[in-house]
Amino acid sequence: MRTIAKAALCLFAALLLGSAQGEELAPDVLVKNVTLEVVELIAKDKEIRGNRNKLIQLIDEKVLPHFNFTGMTALAMGQSWNKANAEQKKRLTEEFKTLLVRTYASALAAYSEQKLEFRPLRAKPTDTDVTVNVRVLQSGAQPVPIDYSMEKTAAGWKVYDVMVGGVSLVANYRTEFNNTVRESGIDGLIKSLSAKNRTVEAAGGAPQK
Amino acid sequence: MRVLGSAVLLAVLAACATADGDPRDPFEGFNRGVYKFNETVDEAIAKPVATAYRDLVHEEIRSRVRNFFSNIGDLFIGVNDLLQGKLQDGVEDWARFAFNSTFGLLGIHDVASDMGIEKHNEDFGQTLGRWGVGDGPYLVLPILGSSTLRDSVGTAADLYTDPVGDFRPIRLRNSAVALRLVGVRADLLDASRILEEAALDKYVFQRDAYLQRRRSLIYDGQPPREERIREDRSLRTPVNVEPAAGVNNLRVVQHAHDR
Repeated sequence: MRTIAKAALCLFAALLLGSAQGEELAPDVLVKNVTLEVVELIAKDKEIRGNRNKLIQLIDEKVLPHFNFTGMTALAMGQSWNKANAEQKKRLTEEFKTLLVRTYASALAAYSEQKLEFRPLRAKPTDTDVTVNVRVLQSGAQPVPIDYSMEKTAAGWKVYDVMVGGVSLVANYRTEFNNTVRESGIDGLIKSLSAKNRTVEAAGGAPQK
Repeated sequence: MRVLGSAVLLAVLAACATADGDPRDPFEGFNRGVYKFNETVDEAIAKPVATAYRDLVHEEIRSRVRNFFSNIGDLFIGVNDLLQGKLQDGVEDWARFAFNSTFGLLGIHDVASDMGIEKHNEDFGQTLGRWGVGDGPYLVLPILGSSTLRDSVGTAADLYTDPVGDFRPIRLRNSAVALRLVGVRADLLDASRILEEAALDKYVFQRDAYLQRRRSLIYDGQPPREERIREDRSLRTPVNVEPAAGVNNLRVVQHAHDR
């Protein structure tokens, strides 16, 4: 009996120590917390779906801090990234971020309370690059996997790519970016990204139907 | 005769091949033409009908329609699982078909999913892929859209074996085929809107997404880890730019890692 109590105490102490040492959230816990928080906010606020600016504000506050946009832009650019100067890199990142946030807002607006399943993280505690799996369950269709590629940084875990149904967002932009850079250079890409953002904004996001 | 037709088609395609395009898409010029045609048809007919269907028919009913066709699909999804040696998945799909056809009232209720028997995504194109058949050139098929040479063959087999094609009388079959198409397009309304917003060049964006998606499906979501994205992470080592405005708490950290 004493041994069991002692073991329990040790375990408890270990847990305490563990949580004290890990100042930052584990990547899968982080994804789960943020996702549930966002989903709850959308469920509570009926009008948010139709209100684009409100959605974008929500994403800005809750989601953006956990993304590494410079890293995402660099990955999407591939080889071309190193050809850009610091100012161009900054502009590219800014424009790409705007585009992604708007797209994300549209995706959120389309979310209709499907069930979410958070899968346990399969990674070693020492890993600095992991994939967090979430699945969207729906009746009459195969579950849609959403995979967040995350890396450990000094500022906590950051997402650098999102894969939806096996399609990597970053990889999908690469051909487009490379084509544009080949045709009209880095500045051409900046121009076409900002033109794209302006059109989408002018359209008030997208037509509701 | 069919073989001759295919040979002629291939010759025409070859003639359209462009020199400096994407190696996966040698017939880009031709494909873009078909893509444009499909978009026109979509804008004029498919999208308006699908939108009306979504707005006028209650989700409750639409989901039953979806489930009904999904249930019929499970039959050959099971066949494809077996052809790929995935015995357990195949048994699950047929169990789904059995439960949903009976307790689910001809499939209009997906009781199997509620019981925890998940639906799979298989078709003959994936089976060929699993057997080692490569994508072949990317193709945009009239009406059907994104495909590859391999997946076109797969789609032909899918259509040939499609149980809905055996519905009789013919009028019932035609209505069923039409209803299914409208339902599929209606379910894609959100996705196509998002595509519209996200892509700089819709054709390229859709093509790359299709190729990525198929690859993922063939490997059931676990493709071998040699993705370009990973390899190129080494690119990030020298990255150290000023954080963009608004994300000042983000810093790209020097990476000593990357294999």
